[in-house]
Parts: sequence; structure tokens; C-alpha cells
Amino acid sequence: MKIVVLVKQVPDTWSDRKLREDDRTVDRDAADAVFNEMDEHGVEEALKLKEAHGGEVTVLSMGPERATETIRKALAMGADAAVHVSDEALHGSCAVGTSAALAAALRTLEFDVVIVGTEASDARVGALGAMLGERLEIPALTGARSVTIEGTTARIERQVDAGFQTVEADLPVVISVIEKINEPRYPSFKGIMAAKKKPVQTLSLADLGLEPSTVGLAGATTEVVDFAPRPPKQQGEIITDDGSGGVKLAEFLATQKII
Amino acid sequence: MSEVLVLVEHADGTPKKVTFELLAAAALLGEPAAVVTGGPGSGAGLVESLTAHGAQKIYLAESPDLEDYLVAPKAEVLAGLVADKAPAAVLLAATGEGKEIAGRLAVRTGSGFLTDVVDLTADGVGTQSIFGGGITVHSRVRAGTPIFAIRPNAFAPLEQAGAGVQENVEVTLSAAAKSARVVDRQVEAKGDRPELTEAQIVVSGGRGVGSADNFSLIEALADSLDAAVGASRAATDAGWYPHQHQVGQTGVTVSPQLYVAVGISGAIQHRAGMQTSKTIVVVNKDPEAPIFELADYGVVGDLFTVVPQLTDEITKRKS
Ligand SMILES: Cc1cc2nc3c(=O)[nH]c(=O)nc-3n(C[C@H](O)[C@H](O)[C@H](O)COP(=O)(O)OP(=O)(O)OC[C@H]3O[C@@H](n4cnc5c(N)ncnc54)[C@H](O)[C@@H]3O)c2cc1C
Ligand SMILES: Nc1ncnc2c1ncn2[C@@H]1O[C@H](COP(=O)(O)O)[C@@H](O)[C@H]1O
Repeated sequence: MKIVVLVKQVPDTWSDRKLREDDRTVDRDAADAVFNEMDEHGVEEALKLKEAHGGEVTVLSMGPERATETIRKALAMGADAAVHVSDEALHGSCAVGTSAALAAALRTLEFDVVIVGTEASDARVGALGAMLGERLEIPALTGARSVTIEGTTARIERQVDAGFQTVEADLPVVISVIEKINEPRYPSFKGIMAAKKKPVQTLSLADLGLEPSTVGLAGATTEVVDFAPRPPKQQGEIITDDGSGGVKLAEFLATQKII
Repeated sequence: MSEVLVLVEHADGTPKKVTFELLAAAALLGEPAAVVTGGPGSGAGLVESLTAHGAQKIYLAESPDLEDYLVAPKAEVLAGLVADKAPAAVLLAATGEGKEIAGRLAVRTGSGFLTDVVDLTADGVGTQSIFGGGITVHSRVRAGTPIFAIRPNAFAPLEQAGAGVQENVEVTLSAAAKSARVVDRQVEAKGDRPELTEAQIVVSGGRGVGSADNFSLIEALADSLDAAVGASRAATDAGWYPHQHQVGQTGVTVSPQLYVAVGISGAIQHRAGMQTSKTIVVVNKDPEAPIFELADYGVVGDLFTVVPQLTDEITKRKS
């Protein structure tokens, strides 16, 4: 089975994330860069599918030079090879542009299953899996909390508000995973050493046959007009429980006309 | 004035509250036109309440395919309407499914889309709260038909009736739209509590609650307030409460009138899902817990004594 897993490098949610003043895009230098958490679960699921069905796992990432750190980590976890879509002109891409570039990269690869995360923690668009399905005209099984593949059929349990749905489709498919699906493995020392020798192919826009004007900041379908830090919230009254904390809290709710 | 399409979310024969909120947002941009997608006969019961909340037009797209396949058919119906009616914009709820439909529609129509919009101006500038609520951004769509996925509880519903003119939409779907088959649906006990994203009041428990059994304390407090129950990731990871109830970065985002955080420390990833709540109250035994920074009222104390007392007091005051 040929599996492609998408991984994104994102600013660490624990660090102080910023937008750039000049072009109002995510400031990728201001914060520590980490592996988008859901994508670690994506890599784990890809490796499990490989273990169950044989085949190979290719990592696909779009991002600046620095994204190689994330790619190497996915290789160290056990993926076999990687494709890095990297081009200055991709800077500032919107979700639509990103999906165009990644779909073009996927068209250069062979696959039965494409795995993505449900959401990236920076822009939190939560739509890439569906958009790839739309562009590649293949089924998208989204929001998976479990995945099984039997013959040429992929089946997921999709989490919804009031429980879950079982959804099926014929390969090839895109699957997006939630973080409860598995526990990602840690790269072993051997894995880290081996990753250094694994092939990483870099693709530019020209390699993908895409016009620079259709992606990046130039081709973005949305634009940030302005932005500002949220003013810090004025802290309210904090009391220490003296045996009547619950009653006092109820009184507060009453003064707010909530009860 | 141009139409503004609103994708109706409905369950058990009634529109969800967020749909009425979207109709109010649509009225800012043009003429609200509700789009109902569902199985045969699913639209008739929705017409009256959609009209009462400002729908000038109601498009009824009914077909078994709209229930039997995942997401893509709804995007295809909307894409058809965008081509036919040339609306000024399309509005959807910023739920997992709503965002997916928005993305698909954007690809199909060559448009831009904004997600998790919390406010909108008449000239189409959307407000978003990003990076865990740390930054407020104003953005605009500059290609195609603007698509906005709007957060529940961001707009007050309109209590002004529209014309409610109905039009049936023929549903003919491509093979690609019918490729992800829903073969089974399991409903996990939902009870009578309001839905988390739509609730006016949310009571959430965290690691401090200590066990699945102890979540009955959180549920009792929630029931005294007619509230939904939420949980931190520490609590859902531990299996104390179902993942559907997780609030935060990788769970749902809520923006209720009142958010009650019990035994939750207030990590940035949790705040990302509740920061925009109108009033926030906190019960936590650690006075240093960062969640207190957001509190309009906080009690430093043991939740096992404070919460039952609070529940009793609310019940007493309500009776
Ligand atoms: C990429 C990423 C995504 C994440 N997404 C989410 C998310 O969506 N949602 C989320 O919630 N978290 C998320 N997290 C996890 C987050 O960082 C925190 O670990 C989590 O929110 C902690 O949950 P907690 O506050 O319940 O637990 P803790 O941080 O352990 O806090 C427990 C609190 O309970 C208090 N307490 C203990 N006992 C009592 C008692 N008897 N009475 C009163 N108070 C008591 C303690 O003082 C403490 O403040 C994410 C993390 C990452 C890295
Ligand atoms: N630049 C990128 N490179 C690789 N994968 C990406 C990129 N952007 C998004 N993804 C994938 O798409 C998922 C959902 O992202 P989003 O729809 O942007 O929230 C992520 O979890 C990744 O798996």
C-alpha cells in the first residue's frame, strides 16, 4: 500500500505567536517551530497501516527551508521518503492556494491513501482534507477516530456531535485524523540516524507547473486588513473559600442576572 | 439587493440556533436566503421558523443522497446555487462540517473563505480571534463569492419575519460527490442537555475533577443551570468524559454567556476554546492557576465542597 502523509510545521502553541507587521502573515521566526500535533498522529496512523498492509510511507510538507526539521522527524519516526514543496513565491498562501500546491504535489506521487490532520494549530482552517478530496476528485473520509482498510475499501469512524458515524469509500482516499486516534511513537536513536540517509525531494512551483501569481501572497483569495493584540481582560473578584464559596458564587451569578 | 445564501443546519426537524444567527448576519450583507439540504420531506417543517427569523427566500434541496454521503453533496448543491443565483456571499456555521463545506465550495467556485468569523461588517470585513484568542484580525475575501464560516453565538438572531418564498432545487450529484458513504450512525447518549457550541451556559471540568464518576458533580451543576457540559483535554484524555465535549484548540470553541471552569488550570490551548465567553467564573484550589486571569469571579477552594454547595444554592434560588 502506498501512503502519503502530510505534515506541517507550525509555531508552538506554547510560545508567543505573532503576525508580521510588514505583510500581515504568520511570523514564523517569532515563535518556536514544532510539528503540528495532529500530524504526528497522522504519521503514526500511516506507519500502522504500513505495518498491517506493507508498502511505503511518503511524507509531504509545504513550508520554508526550516520545515525540513519536521520532515526529518517524520522520517525518524519511520516514514520512508519525503517530498518538500518549497518556493519563495508560496509565502503567504491562503488555504485555497495551499490546497492547490499540495494537490499538484500529490499528482506527482502514487498513492492509495493520503493522510492529513483534521486541523493545523496555526490557521485552524480545518478544511484541507476536504479540499484535497475536491481537487483530486477522490473521497475524503474526515475526522477519523479509527481507520481500517480491507481490500480496496477504507472505513473510518467519524466523530460527530452526538456520537459517531461509520463512513466507507473505495481507494484511493484522503483521510483526516483527530488526535484521539492513537499515541504517536517517539523516534528511536536508530530512527534518527536512519532518517539522515532517507531521500527528500524538493519541488518548486516550476516543478509543479504552477504560476507564482496563483499562489502565495500574490494569489491569496483572502487578505488581512489589520490586526491588534486582544486587550488583556480586567480580572474580577477572586475570593478564598471560607466555607461559603459556593453561596457567594451563586450570589455573583444572581447579580449578573444569570440566575 | 443580492441574496446571501445561508446553509441551514438542522436536527430532529428543527433548525439549529446558529442558523438563525447566520440569517441575522446575512441581513447585514444582503437578502437572507436559507438553503435547506436533507432527505426527502426534511424541509417542510423548517420553513415556518426560517421565515420567522428573516429568511426572504428558502431553497429546498431534498434527496436521500444528501444524508447518505459525507459533506461533498452539500457543497455541490451550494456551488449550483452560487452559479445560478450569483449571491453576494455564502454563510455557514463554523463547525467541523461547515468548514469542510466552505473549503470545498471555495475550490469549486474559485472563491476565498474565512473560518471562525465572530463579527462581520456590511462591506464584508470579517473579525477573527486567532492564536488562542491573543490577536484580533480583520480580514476580507478578495476572490470569487465570499464564503464565511461563522462561529455559533456570534450574532443575535433576528426576530423579524422575512417573505419566506420557497423554491425547490433539483439535486443531481456527480459521482465524485457520492463517494464517501455513511453506512452507520451511532448515537451516544446525549440526554436533554443543550448542545455544547450552542449553549448559553457551559460548565466544564478538568483534571481536578479526578475521575469519571466525579463528573456527576459537573453534570449536576450543569443541570441546575440548564447548561451544557464541557471538559478539558486532560479529562477527555483520561477517558473521564467523551471527546465530543472537549473545549479548546483541538476540541470545540464555545462562546456562551457564562463559562464555569472547574478544576481547570487554563492552559493556552484550553483558553483558545473559551476565551470569548461573556462571563467566566472559576473554581480552582490553586490561586496561581492562570485561568483566574480570565475570571470575572473566582473561588479559590476545593471543588468537592464548593461545587455541591453552588448547585444546592442555585437550585434553592430557582425554586
Ligand atoms: C497542541 C495541543 C493542543 C491541545 N488542545 C487542548 C484542548 O483542545 N483543550 C484543552 O483543554 N487542552 C488542550 N491541550 C492541553 C493543555 O495544554 C493542558 O494540558 C490541559 O488543558 C490541562 O487540562 P486541565 O486544566 O484539566 O489539567 P491541569 O493543567 O492538570 O489542571 C488541573 C487544575 O485543577 C485544579 N484542581 C485539582 N484538584 C482540585 C480540587 N479538588 N478542587 C479545585 N481545583 C482542583 C488544579 O489546581 C489545576 O489548576 C493541548 C495541548 C497541546 C500541546
Ligand atoms: N503547508 C502544509 N504542508 C503539509 N500539510 C499541510 C500544510 N497545511 C496543512 N496541511 C495538512 O492539512 C491539515 C489540516 O490543515 P488546515 O486545513 O490548514 O487546518 C494539517 O493537519 C496538515 O496535515
